[in-house]
Amino acid sequence: MKFLKFLLVGIFFGIVLVKSEAVSWYRIFEMFKFQSFHMYGIIGTAVGLGILFLWIFRKFKVKNIEGEKIKVPQKEKRFTRYILGGTIFGLGWALAGACPGPMYILLGTGASSILIVIAAALLGTFVYGLLRGKLPH
Amino acid sequence: MENILQPWPWYVSGPLIALIMAVLVFFGKTFGMSSNLRTLCSIGGAGKYADFFKFDWKTQRWNLTVVLGAIIGGCIAVQFLSDGSTMDLSHETIADLNAYGFQNVGKSLLPAELYDWGNIMSLKGLAILVIAGFLVGFGTRYAGGCTSGHAITGLSNIQWPSLIAVIGFFVGGLIMTHLLFPLIF
Repeated sequence: MKFLKFLLVGIFFGIVLVKSEAVSWYRIFEMFKFQSFHMYGIIGTAVGLGILFLWIFRKFKVKNIEGEKIKVPQKEKRFTRYILGGTIFGLGWALAGACPGPMYILLGTGASSILIVIAAALLGTFVYGLLRGKLPH
Repeated sequence: MENILQPWPWYVSGPLIALIMAVLVFFGKTFGMSSNLRTLCSIGGAGKYADFFKFDWKTQRWNLTVVLGAIIGGCIAVQFLSDGSTMDLSHETIADLNAYGFQNVGKSLLPAELYDWGNIMSLKGLAILVIAGFLVGFGTRYAGGCTSGHAITGLSNIQWPSLIAVIGFFVGGLIMTHLLFPLIF
């Protein structure tokens, strides 16, 4: 039962991203070409409403289901890792047309060849883990 | 029902994604899909090679469950909640892709030119997907998050690091789409 709610969240996430076409390579291409408002509308409304949700949680001191104060972990204050890592991620995002969430969802839609992208992403994560100490953060 | 079967407009999808983020926060977790790549490396024994993968992956089972759900959700969406209509892409996008030699633009979620097994069996076809996946996996961990963790959760939480990362996402995406695509396709 503990995991059922997460399974349902995942199912809902998968459905929303397919129905919004955010898992489509074409939509990512179109976004980076600035040829449609579609993806900007999705990200914009998600962030706008997300800010409101988190503000409400804080304002009304909402407790999570564990009974603890709601908190979103802060990312450490750095610059280099975010701009370099982000740029590397962006190169791959535009080429694959998929970021980590959509990769799994696309597998569910029957696109078996996305497994190559997932396997390569696992390799990329592994190589980062090996080189982490040598990279500027 | 007809509205559900048709593609959902951005003003429906965006708020629903915010809801997913908020529900996970309410459940005491955070919305971050790329962490699962690290977890899967850890399960696969990567801890033997780098301390980065030495952690109790069982604490991440909830997130792997979200992944499992996402796969099922993707399946449900195409099997039962789609009417097979062509995507309503902009005319410029279609024209640009036709110029690159892409056929049937928007008829499926992924272009056959990149994702059909027949095309992947060439060195170039395979290299594109492997390099793309590698960059996503390497970049997301280096940046400490992906679209869900930085663009949705981080920006919703108004964190500077996430804004820097999202700017990076766009720098990389624009370089790939505008400078490298003309060389690749």
